[in-house]
Amino acid sequence: MNEVELDKLEKQAKESSAPSSLKLMINEFKADKIALISVILVVGFILFTIFGSFFINQNNLMSTNIMGYFAKPFTPGYILGGDAAGRSIAGQLIIGSRNSILIAIGLTLISSTFGVCYGLVSGYFGGITDLSMQRVYDFMMIIPAFMIIIEIVNIIPSYNAITLTLILSLFYWMGTSRLIRAQTLSESNKDYVLASKASGTSTLKIIFREIMPNLSSLIVVDTTLSFAENIGVETGLSYLGFGLPNGTPSLGTLIANANDADNITVYWWTWLFATIEVIILCLAISYIGAALRRTTNSTQHRSEK
Amino acid sequence: MIPELIVLSVIVFIISKQLPGDPFTGSISPKTSPNQLHHLMKINGLYDPWYQQYSNWVVHLFHGDLGTSYEYQEPVSSLIASRAVNTFWLALLTMIMTYAIGLPLGLYAGRHEGKLQDTLVRIYSYMTMSIPFFVVLVLGCWIFGYDLNLFPTAGSVSPTASGFFPVLFSRLYHMILPATLGALFATSGITQYLRSGVVDAKNSNYVKTAKAKGVSMKNIYKHHILRNALLPIAAFAGYSITGLLGGSLFTEQIFSYPGMGLLFLNAVNFRDYTVMTALVLLYGFLSLLGTLLSDIALSVIDPRIRVK
Repeated sequence: MNEVELDKLEKQAKESSAPSSLKLMINEFKADKIALISVILVVGFILFTIFGSFFINQNNLMSTNIMGYFAKPFTPGYILGGDAAGRSIAGQLIIGSRNSILIAIGLTLISSTFGVCYGLVSGYFGGITDLSMQRVYDFMMIIPAFMIIIEIVNIIPSYNAITLTLILSLFYWMGTSRLIRAQTLSESNKDYVLASKASGTSTLKIIFREIMPNLSSLIVVDTTLSFAENIGVETGLSYLGFGLPNGTPSLGTLIANANDADNITVYWWTWLFATIEVIILCLAISYIGAALRRTTNSTQHRSEK
Repeated sequence: MIPELIVLSVIVFIISKQLPGDPFTGSISPKTSPNQLHHLMKINGLYDPWYQQYSNWVVHLFHGDLGTSYEYQEPVSSLIASRAVNTFWLALLTMIMTYAIGLPLGLYAGRHEGKLQDTLVRIYSYMTMSIPFFVVLVLGCWIFGYDLNLFPTAGSVSPTASGFFPVLFSRLYHMILPATLGALFATSGITQYLRSGVVDAKNSNYVKTAKAKGVSMKNIYKHHILRNALLPIAAFAGYSITGLLGGSLFTEQIFSYPGMGLLFLNAVNFRDYTVMTALVLLYGFLSLLGTLLSDIALSVIDPRIRVK
């Protein structure tokens, strides 16, 4: 067999094999215009808030300015109006979005990593390990997480965005772990895992280099969906007044302006923009997650054929 | 179930002991001498080691004594009981409305699988699932409560109502907006589950047999499909208790509804830790009870899930 034939065979093999999941994702987003718009919207908005916040001095922004007392939108210096202390809503919105989004990203990364490892270990080893780990899971499911988070936030004398993220991620890994465990259970009985075991591959390598890559598309979808959820968690906590420390704007604290009867009726601009932003952001991220899930389903269909 | 409760109670107790401030901070005046304060702390057992305090607390717990609220100066159990009624009715109404909205939608989507109706229901489920529900409560409170002035935005009963029926109607009137909004945004699970149940049942052999025998579509849905698809959903009601309780913090805060969620938030702000501890434990216990009920109901309905 000469080289030309080998090249030809290789080309044929490539053409007949299933397309890579990355390629499928790109195709999916090209075909689905709403998903493409969602991606551009979310990525553009995150970059905008992160770079925009470099140009805003938080101390200046959060200082009281009586001249801007409930400034109406579109007055000079107050594009989206001002609140009771004359602070610009637009500035708070940018800084607050950055804080909320970064906390949600951090929370998603930490809790997903932990959840994935937990699910892999629990599903792969099975038996007594699985049983005891599932007891812990059951316990975490029944505890009133939000109330305990509120209590913990009250105990810690001083905290910032990082500690808050860590506290939150203690309580939001369960969904991911359950999903990954179920998938690992079915995956670890497949032939390639059994063959690998028989040939003496180390357990760690089987779990993280062989099983995990096969779950990668599932993990990507789950991470995207939990990102949208986690934005809700952070804004919810800040809304109740137990999120970031006082004086640090967040989407939740802006929405909490609506707790005041005057604000909610007369000074609608103090809270409505943040509310709409949360809705649009969550819808867009979930839509991306749904589009990703479609591509993973089609990968599974193709590989099964 | 019991070990979970014990672990939860220890965690809750330790956390509440770490809270800054002591329960007498609010009730002392500048004239109170430090000695007096120490004496108060001592007779209330606040200087004991934590395990002794914990065992005292548990013993009292079993006597139905949850301590005294330092903020309201009344027994915690009666304080919670007076608020629990409100939360209970609101949760019950929300749950009824969730099923009243979710079941027809799921059935409708499953019946028209793959058609426009199915897509519309899917879009609705997707939207309600992805938007954080407290945001919608805020918007709903603004639109229907303040702007259109259709519903009350605070309290659980109008102070002017007197007599049995006026009070009942006033209560319902206060609950209807939070319950409807909460229900609209809790249906997605039920809808999706029922939809796939109906789709599965539609393709099963017993439905094909019924069709071949000439049973009308209406009767097939009524007697064959719906019954089989509905049973597991009915049993899931217990699991939804956790969600309803967690949501009560937001619902009650937004609508200033005097239930347990609002009581907890106030207790946190006033460092009223007997109330906090009792409420966290109660919420955990109720979630556990809901899970247990669902498990039992499921195993009664479906013998395959029965625990060996």
